[in-house]
Order: sequence, then C-alpha cells, then structure tokens
Amino acid sequence: MPQFATNTALPRYLRNEQERIRGIAEDFGLDFFSTIFEMLSYDQMNEIAAYGGFPNRYPHWRWGMDYERLSKSNEYGLSKIYELVINNNPSIAYLLEGNSLIDQKLVMCHVYGHVDFFKNNFAFRATDLDRAGPAVQPVGAGPSYNPNRRWIDKLANHASFIRRIIDKQGIDAVESLIDQCLSLDNLIDPWSPFMARDKAPDEEPEDKREIVVPRIPAKEYMDEFINPEEYILEQKKRLEKLRDVEAKHPVKPQQDVLLFLLENAPLERWERAILEIVRSEAYYFLPQMQTKIMNEGWASYWHSRMMTEKVCDASEILDYADNNAGVMATSEQQLNPYKLGVELYRSIEERWNRGQFGREWELCDNLDQKKDWDRKLGAGRDKIFEVRSLYNDVTFIDEFLTEEFAVERKLFTFSWSNRNERFEVQSRGFREVKEQLLFQLTNHGNPFIFVENANHENRGELLLSHEHRGVDLRTDYCEQAMIALNRLWKRPVCLMTTTDGKPVMMRYDGELKVEEVSG
Amino acid sequence: MSLKVDQDHSRFKNIVRGKIRQNLRRYISQGEMLGRKGKDLVSIPIPQIDIPRFTFGKNNAGGVGQGDGEPGDAVGSSEQEQEGAGEAGEQEGNHILEVDVTLDELAEILGEELELPDIENKGNSRIKSSKDRYTGIRRIGPESLRHFRRTYREALKRQVATGTYDPRKPIIIPQKEDKRFRSWKENNEPIANAVIIYMMDVSGSMGDEQKEIVRIESFWIDTWLRKQYEGLESRFIIHDAVAREVDRDTFFHTRESGGTMISSAYRLCEQLIDDHYPADEWNIYPFHFSDGDNWSMDDTLSCIEILKKSILPRSNMFAYGQVESPYGSGQFIKDLREHFREDERVVTSEIQDKDGIVGSIKDFLGKGR
Repeated sequence: MPQFATNTALPRYLRNEQERIRGIAEDFGLDFFSTIFEMLSYDQMNEIAAYGGFPNRYPHWRWGMDYERLSKSNEYGLSKIYELVINNNPSIAYLLEGNSLIDQKLVMCHVYGHVDFFKNNFAFRATDLDRAGPAVQPVGAGPSYNPNRRWIDKLANHASFIRRIIDKQGIDAVESLIDQCLSLDNLIDPWSPFMARDKAPDEEPEDKREIVVPRIPAKEYMDEFINPEEYILEQKKRLEKLRDVEAKHPVKPQQDVLLFLLENAPLERWERAILEIVRSEAYYFLPQMQTKIMNEGWASYWHSRMMTEKVCDASEILDYADNNAGVMATSEQQLNPYKLGVELYRSIEERWNRGQFGREWELCDNLDQKKDWDRKLGAGRDKIFEVRSLYNDVTFIDEFLTEEFAVERKLFTFSWSNRNERFEVQSRGFREVKEQLLFQLTNHGNPFIFVENANHENRGELLLSHEHRGVDLRTDYCEQAMIALNRLWKRPVCLMTTTDGKPVMMRYDGELKVEEVSG
Repeated sequence: MSLKVDQDHSRFKNIVRGKIRQNLRRYISQGEMLGRKGKDLVSIPIPQIDIPRFTFGKNNAGGVGQGDGEPGDAVGSSEQEQEGAGEAGEQEGNHILEVDVTLDELAEILGEELELPDIENKGNSRIKSSKDRYTGIRRIGPESLRHFRRTYREALKRQVATGTYDPRKPIIIPQKEDKRFRSWKENNEPIANAVIIYMMDVSGSMGDEQKEIVRIESFWIDTWLRKQYEGLESRFIIHDAVAREVDRDTFFHTRESGGTMISSAYRLCEQLIDDHYPADEWNIYPFHFSDGDNWSMDDTLSCIEILKKSILPRSNMFAYGQVESPYGSGQFIKDLREHFREDERVVTSEIQDKDGIVGSIKDFLGKGR
C-alpha cells in the first residue's frame, strides 16, 4: 500500500470548516461535483504535484524532474503549492499540512470555484469518460449531471498497463518511446472531441467512378481506327493507376496528428498502446490549458467573495488580504491568469449590471454619458455564470477584453529586442495587446500543424504542414520532433513551413534537410 | 518516508548525470555553475530537460505584460521566472529555474551534497569570540529595539479586528501587546585565519579548458574554506619554468609558453609562508594545479624535498590537482603518490574534465583538515 491515501483525511476542525464552506458555496449558486479534501505533507504534495495531481502515473523521468524542481524551489523558499485540485468526479483536492487555518479556508473556497468550473464549462465535457461519440450538448445539465470522470482510476490503469509493457520490453525502450510520443503530444485538435468523426466512407468515393478515356471525335465508321480498343484499355489502366497514386490520404488536412498516427502508422501493439495512452492524457489536460485564465479567474472571484462576505471574521481579514495580494501579484513578464481572469469577470458583472452592452452602448460616443451609464439591469450575476459555461480563454478575451479595460489595467505588449538583448515594451495600443493575447492563447500557444498526405511523392512519406501565422518554428526542436515522427511513421517525414518569410520544406530521413520551395 | 516518485527521481538524476539515456543529455538546460554572481549571490540552475516539440521560436514571440513603462523600456528581467502559487499544470517550463543563494548557503549545499566534514582547526586558533546577531522578533524587549513596522502591523490588525479603525482618520495607536522587538542570538565564532595559496602551471600545455577547470575548482574551494574560516586570504602563483606571484585576474587569464619547473612555484610558496604566514597563527592551504608534465626528474625530486622540509610541516594539507591535457604526460602525480603514500597531508586528485570537478573537490576537502 503506498503511503498515499493513508492518513490523509482531514482533521475534525477542518472537516467542519469544509462543511460550512460547502454550504456557503452552494448558497452562492455554485454547482460542483462532490469534493474530497486530503491533507498532505510537503513531500507528498510535491510528489502529487509532480504527477499532475494524481496519486499514480506511469513511470517516467519527467515526474522526477518536476519533483526535483518543486522540492528544490520549496526548500529554497521560492514557492510553495497551496492547493491542488483535479478534474475528477468526485473531485479530489489537496491541502498542505501546516498551512494556517486562514490559508486552508482560502484554498477550500478556491477549490469549490474550480470544481464548479470543471463541472460546468463546456470544454471539460470532453473529459467525460461515459461520453459516447462527440460532445454535442456542451452545456451542463444542472445538479443531476453526474458524468463518469474517474480519471484517477484511468490514469492508474495506464500506469499499470505501461508497467506491464516495461516488464516485457524493458524500461529504456518504453521510456524512449514515451519521450517520442510526448514530443508530439501537442499535435492534437482541441475541437476533436466535439467533431463527428469522419467515418470510413462506406460508399466508394467519387474518384472510384468509371474512368472514361477521352476519345478523339470521329465518324462512326472511322472510330474503330482512330480510337482503337486496345489503346483505350491501355489508357484506362494507366489512368486508374495514376488515380490511385494521386488519391490523397487524409482527404482533408487533419490536425489530430496523434490520431492519424494511431490509425495509420505501422506500429507494434505495445507501441500503439503507449501512443494511445499519451494521446488520451493529452486530451485530458487540454481543457485546463484552454481555460487557464477563466478557470483561475473564476476560482479567485469566488474565493474572494466567499472569504470577504461570509467566511472570514474581522480578525482574519487582514491575513486573508495579505495572502490574496501575494496570489494576485502580477509580474511584468507574464500576466497573472488569476488576476486577469478575476478582473474580467468583475468587469463583465459590472457592465451587465449597468447595462453597458448591446447596440445602443456601442453606438454611444459621449464619454460622460458612458461613464454614468446605468440601466440598473442587475444582469451581471447571471451573465458571469453563463460566461463560465460557454467560453474558453480565446473567446473570453476576444469578447470581453474591452479597450477601457486594457487602458485601465495598463496592459502592454513586449517583444525581444535583438539590439539591446532584452525584452522591451512594444506598444500600448489596444489592438496590439489584444492580438498578442489572442495569439498566445490560440491553439493554447501551439503552432497549427496538420497531416497533409500519408503518401507524399508516392513514396509513403508523411507530409505535414505548418500553418504559419507570423512566428517561425524553433528549428532545433523541430528537428527533434521530426525525429520522433520518423520513429513512429518509420518512413521519412516532411514538413512544409515558412522561415524568414520564405516557404521551406524540411525532410527528415535520418538527417534533416531544409530546402527552400520556389513558388 | 519513501515516495513513489523516488524511482522517477533517481531515473531523472541518472539521466542528468549522463549515466543512462545519453542522447537526452543534450536537452539539459546548461548553465554555468557559477551563474551570475551578484554581490554575494550565486545562482545555481536546477537542471531541466525540455521535451522538444513543434513550438514557436522563442525570441520572436514576446507577450503581454501589465504595468508602467514607455515603448522601448526594458521589461522585467528576461531570465528569471518565479513560480507563482497555483496549480501545477502539464506544461513544461521553458525557463531555466535559477535559485539565488548566498555564498554561505552555497557552501552549505556543497557540504551537504559532498558530505564534507567541517574542518578541524589546527594550532592555537581555537579561541572563540561571541558575536550578537539580530535575527528574530519577540514580544518583549527594550524600546530601543522596537521594530516599528511589525508593531504598526500588529496594531493595525488589532484595530481592524476590533472595529476601532477608522479609514477616514487612520490613526494607529499601538498598545503594549502590539509591540514587537528585535531579538538577537549569540553566535560563537572561531577566530581563525587561513590562507589558500593557489599555484598553477601555465606552461604551453595548459589549454583554456584546463584553466576553466582550475577556475571553477578554485571557486568552490574558496567558497568552502571561506565558510570555515573568518578571515580567508588567497594568494596566487603562476609558473612555467619560473614562478611569480600575481593577482586573481592574471592568475586565470595568463597564458605562457615554455617549460615547466614545478619547484620554482614551491620555492616561491615556501618563501611566501616564511614572510607572511607564521604557521602557529595561520591555517595554510597550498593548492597546486598542473597537467603533471615536469621538466626533469631532478626537479621533481627537489619539489618533494621542499614539500617535505618546509611546506608540509606548516600546512594543514597540501593539495595537488592534475588536470588532464592532451599534451601532458601526467607523470608528476605518480611521483607524488609514490613519495607520500603514507602521508595524510598530501591529497592528490586527477581531474579528467569538467564533470570530474565535483569528485576532486570531494577528494580535496573530504578529509576535514
């Protein structure tokens, strides 16, 4: 029996607090899965955090690396993990032993915010294990909605499955295959869970139609001589062959590269199993990356309301504020998702309370009038609940980050200056700020890469394309990722991309060649 | 208590040390061990292995920040990233995590990692002096030691809690129980003087890489001994066929050509001790680095003579580090070992490459002399 799960139950006084806070959260209208809190020591917390919040993961060195990083930065006082909660039904949250009571309460409030988000945000529908087919109805069905999200069990199963493979294949082989798969685990399609998969087409596609060899027009009695039968047959065979060659697979470019490899790469059974595991875990963590700002913002919004309105008494409020200020601090380098999120929710709430939206509001250009605009609608609360269900970070920022907000919060863009070798403030323009933010969030910060053709140049080579949106790929990493692809595809792989404004074709067949493509 | 992650952890450490899966080692974010050295701060990078993915080139990207500043102003510092409190996500950090530690802490870490024993003082320098340091806070104490900010904060807290705080008239009146005072701890510190005499062979066969090794090694030795001794001095001697005393900077950046007479350095060292460092007041540490290619057997013999006669009796230990170079024969270390096999005071160590540094520091300092 591992140390985990023994002696981790909450002491009584915290159980009482939990009951109280759960009640408060319900009164505020939050709707969450039942949530189990566990108390962990530093070591255990670092271990669990290194495992991404789960007690059991397959053996891999990178957990060890994360563990080292977490425990070192903890030892040197750089950071500590206050809370950890995983998207599971029931949800599991961890409290750190030795935190002050006020911290524990704060964490509990925060956690209930997260769990409400897990349950209700549409993106997390993709993690329902009992979902058959695409998640067509993206919004939660209220309190009765009780999906199977036993990911703890699933990941533990993955772990024991991979351990069995290791027993047969040896740790080095398995680990390096996992490394290769991880190199590619960002090549997935965030919308895949919502797509009705193209079934393998039953009816013959159009290109299987009878091929008609064009005939030279001739009078009927001459036809036999001008278009001799043998020639026509010969031509037909040639065209058929050509057609089979040209038939492109996949028919449309496919963003879920991992799925494509699963279905088409010549993998052994154990290799396929590992790839499948890596892919399914990548999809599990995807919604959290797509909603980082919203999720943290939502949890922070609620912890601050619950703490200040209900939970804290006067003697605790300062400690709470002190603590909260630490969590909300922004650095210049990185926007703090907690802060940006919570401020956006507040801004939405206020705008909808005062009716600052819609056509009339947008057409108004009288600043004074806008400043005092208050239609006393009181629709703010409903609006933010709706937003937390239906948006992800991209749409959230796109729709609700207004110019007023950007100016007030002093947002700016920065970029690398080659001349001064440092990051410099670039612009305070609203358009630039928004574009940059959206760019960073789109496809959760990953380049768009598609499978174009599985039979490139009729040599069975895999052709991928990178949809260039202004920023080049990092070349050395590109090469490594292509090596990984090559390992799985077992034939040369090619990538079309753009470097320094020029289209290039990279090809890896044991070594990387980069060629400029003309035209 | 054993954790499940221990297995993964040791696997990771083995990868970092290059014991397994050598090809992964390339992605370890390298940082010079000595990092940026602020006043007394050193940053040590925690090794990270990046999993290479299709990703955007780094410096092209930029981002969005929040705060003051005109276009063209620098943003934060570009290297450091502090971990915020929060969820551990699945994404790997792109940054090298650096930890700033003081030299003192660094020495402690070094001591722990290498299990170095504290050094036993020799001679009559075991007198301790006590010294007060203000390190803590307590509730009682003289007014002169009152900690204003902490007191103010306590008073503010109390007034807010009891509802007597009026934001329109924010007057804070501390009461007796609000007061906080600085408190001190008495530290006994040995007064001990120590001198390290670094000697380095700068003859033609010592290349840049060899010197880099000496530089790193001497940094660590410095750091460790500085923690052990209050007043630590360092002297630097370079030699080829002749020896001379130089400053730190010259020591590391001189390149001479020509032959090697190690005895010249030892003679100069002997003289230095004669002139400045009486053995009953000083802990003396001569360190000599060379590629081990001495001019002649005669010279080697006179080296041994000097060591035996005058250097060793007065030193805590004598350390000889032999850096492997493509040219040197490396004979000298064998001669030393032969002559001083029984003598604990002579420590020799062969340093093959940068990875050998840690091992040789352990050789040198592991005896606690």
